[in-house]
Amino acid sequence: MAQINTTNNPDTPLEYQSETGRLNIFGFWIFLGAEVALFATLFAAYFALKDGTAGGPLPIDVFDLNNTIIMTLILLISSFTSGLAIHEMRRNNVKSMIVWLVITLIFGLAFLYMEIEEFIHLVNEGANLGTNAYWSSFYLLTGTHGLHVTFGICWIVLIITQVLRRGLTPETAKKVFVSSLYWHFLDFVWIFVFTGVYLLGMVG
Amino acid sequence: MIDFIKENLILNDPLIVGANVSILLTLIAIVFVLTYFKKWKWLWTEWVTTVDHKKIGIMYIISALLMLFRGGVDALLMRAQLTVPNNDFLSPQHYNEIFTTHGTIMILFMAMPFLLGLMNFVVPLQIGARDVAYPYLNNLSFWSFFFGAILFNVSFVFGGSPDAGWTNYAPLAIEGSPGPGINYYLLGLQVSGIGTLLTGINFIVTIIKMRAPGMKLLRMPMFSWTTLITSFIIVFAFPILTVTLALMTFDRLFGTHFFTLTDGGNPMLWSNLFWLWGHPEVYIVVLPAFGIFSEVIATFAKKTLFGYKSMIISLVVISFLSFLVWVHHFFTMGGSAAINNVFSITTMAIAIPTGIKIFNWLGTLYKSRIQFTTAMLWALGFIPTFVIGGVTGVMLGMAAADFQYHNNYFLVAHFHYTLIAGVVFACFAGFVYWYPKMFGHKLDERLGKLSFWFFAIGFNVCFLPQFLLGFAGMPRRVYTYVPEDGWTALNVVSTIGAIGMGIGFLILVYNIHYSIRNAKKETTGDAWNGRTLEWATTTAIPPHYNFADVPEIKGIDAFWQMKQENEEKKKKTITYRPIHMPNNASTPFVMSALFFVAGFGLVFELWWLAVIGGIGIIACLLIRSIRSHKEDEGYYVTVEELKKMEQPFHKEA
Amino acid sequence: MMDSRKSNPFPWMQVVGFLLSVALTFMAVWIGMRAGLPYNTIIILVFVLAFIQAAIQLFMFMHITEGAHGIWQIGKMLSAAFIAIVIVAGSVWVLNSMH
Repeated sequence: MAQINTTNNPDTPLEYQSETGRLNIFGFWIFLGAEVALFATLFAAYFALKDGTAGGPLPIDVFDLNNTIIMTLILLISSFTSGLAIHEMRRNNVKSMIVWLVITLIFGLAFLYMEIEEFIHLVNEGANLGTNAYWSSFYLLTGTHGLHVTFGICWIVLIITQVLRRGLTPETAKKVFVSSLYWHFLDFVWIFVFTGVYLLGMVG
Repeated sequence: MIDFIKENLILNDPLIVGANVSILLTLIAIVFVLTYFKKWKWLWTEWVTTVDHKKIGIMYIISALLMLFRGGVDALLMRAQLTVPNNDFLSPQHYNEIFTTHGTIMILFMAMPFLLGLMNFVVPLQIGARDVAYPYLNNLSFWSFFFGAILFNVSFVFGGSPDAGWTNYAPLAIEGSPGPGINYYLLGLQVSGIGTLLTGINFIVTIIKMRAPGMKLLRMPMFSWTTLITSFIIVFAFPILTVTLALMTFDRLFGTHFFTLTDGGNPMLWSNLFWLWGHPEVYIVVLPAFGIFSEVIATFAKKTLFGYKSMIISLVVISFLSFLVWVHHFFTMGGSAAINNVFSITTMAIAIPTGIKIFNWLGTLYKSRIQFTTAMLWALGFIPTFVIGGVTGVMLGMAAADFQYHNNYFLVAHFHYTLIAGVVFACFAGFVYWYPKMFGHKLDERLGKLSFWFFAIGFNVCFLPQFLLGFAGMPRRVYTYVPEDGWTALNVVSTIGAIGMGIGFLILVYNIHYSIRNAKKETTGDAWNGRTLEWATTTAIPPHYNFADVPEIKGIDAFWQMKQENEEKKKKTITYRPIHMPNNASTPFVMSALFFVAGFGLVFELWWLAVIGGIGIIACLLIRSIRSHKEDEGYYVTVEELKKMEQPFHKEA
Repeated sequence: MMDSRKSNPFPWMQVVGFLLSVALTFMAVWIGMRAGLPYNTIIILVFVLAFIQAAIQLFMFMHITEGAHGIWQIGKMLSAAFIAIVIVAGSVWVLNSMH
């Protein structure tokens, strides 16, 4: 498993140097394929139940487009800074890598804060989990995404502490890289949430 | 607390009380035996925490056999109830519960683990890998399957079983079934589904990245190919199930409105999502079965599989089409003509690649010297029986005709012809075929053949009449009928067949006991004059590291070629190198047990228990992340050990 | 195939990908809110833009082509996209034509 340096090419990024690293990164891509199917099913439920809005507020009346655009940009920036962290990792700048990771986390937390604020606002407008089919599917879809973001934040914090304690090794580099894949994927999903739920919800 | 137990423990049904008592006695007996022989530590270090794919495979198969017993008893109870009209052996509610658990257990807790067990045991050996890509996850996969199965089975004695059919259709499963039964279904499947998804990922990575040198994809044995394709289907299909189950769990526990009749919910969405997973699931169980038959037929026809490449192409086409046919499970739900047409066509299209496979097996058998072993009998029995299942499937696939066939015994007979002839026969064939590799001796052939004839004839006697019952209009899932319906004679015949299958199964189990005592030990790794790499291990039971020296692969049927070239004898002086092995893992067991705890809490809406379980699961993840660098360090099998392990073989050779 | 550790001092890939993503987001908002197109056209256009932006994430941020089996990774995500479309569009089509 952890045979270090089975690939001796110095140009090989650290995270690809151990066999475990190569297996885990590839396996994580397969896992992301499963995540796509998972979110697709939530989207299917959302679109299939789109017209089940009786007894609650209409999305067009309670969504705030400016708010969601800001959320979208925040998550996009965090995806960008996560990419910069990997860029720095590959240049072996551990310090700036950690700085970018922390910035990523701050933006991630900001996104979560705004999402929770939005949920509170929606609940005050009378749109609960149990209001009707539309809002059930809305909360499950965005909530699952939000839960993923929460998990991602905890995970990256955990990984930063490991890098601080053990330094950048093929093993920790792999973890940073895999968590960055995960983080980018959250933005990947959000693109569709933004487009399918908020934007089309505002169109009508 | 005591009130809670009193409320839910089922004591009013003599059948279930009997089962309660026997479960309790069995548990006491197991604890006693383990303690008396001081085997607790052995159980923990050798089995529970093992990451060895071979042991995990064996644990899967043992669990599957137990579940086959449970599901089989359910089936016999149903047959007993239906043998004569106006029978009151089972109450209607009990009958509902039994056909639900029978279906769910047979598909998810019998067929799946049996096949996953065989995959686990065989595939790494077949491709010359040291283990699977993620041994730690593999252990987690097994235990989450196991605890999911336990959670599902607990319903039987505590709180009441699910009763809405294995398809668990809304609204029956929401508004129509208030007790904890459906919750058991939802959470039991959820927990075991996690394991299946992880196994899928594990095998994709293992097969793509860990094949022996020289084993190109197009030199890979057919069972490994089917495992690869199946794993891809698993990875795309199981997340759909995860979400679908979660949505209904929310409907039942947290008042959402996905599948409800009120507030905009749509019960048909359940059917739609369920079958979006459910149809691929059919192929998840049947494709590895095809792989097993391919191996068995090639070995005992002593020929390379005919049409190897067309086999692979048809596999890929089947896996693609398997995602495009789900609506044929509810043609009569009221879809438009356009929808039913499209899905009729895709359904019938699947018959083409499947037909190609049938002809390939026949082509392999053609003009070969067939060796009629038990495993081969199962494979040969499969071909005609499965064709009946396939052809009736095409009949059902015609949307217009489906209005006649659907929801009656014609359908029941159809899917038993595909799933028993396809999957159960394959599990038995694979079990008998790879048994010497697992335990170092063969199963008795005479008893094996006897069990085959009992089971195969019993099967046809049981299910052929059900086609006719379907034509005669007997609906599926009714718990009784009246003499005027005219279904009595065929039902009697069907029950006789079911008894035959039961006897066949008992002989198979007895055969294990008999062979442990009487069979002679295998001396080489090659029990059947095999063709693929798993038979190339130096000892009958492969050592924990599988291969001391992974051979270079030069074509399909790698081991056959090596034997032709007498390579074994040339390779007397092997230079051993230390082999890196993974460590045992104890967190997955604990974590899966916590999944059980959390699941049980949710079933009874005991929120505190669910929260404790959830926190425990998070703690396990945390521990794993912090310790992974140490846990994954593994250890090395040294050259001295290797020499010692491999020596006996070289003396013999 | 793999990025060298020394050869790229400035993260061009990330910066260009980021700017493109921002542009695509605002283009989608414009199409949805301001362009005054028919509803079905809007749906198609904004989803096309979403898929392009998703591809930017995969190729420019996530290094999908890297590793010894980049082609499998791309194949996996392409088939995932196919499955996702089947799940979403299929479900909507099937359920909307039930009567």
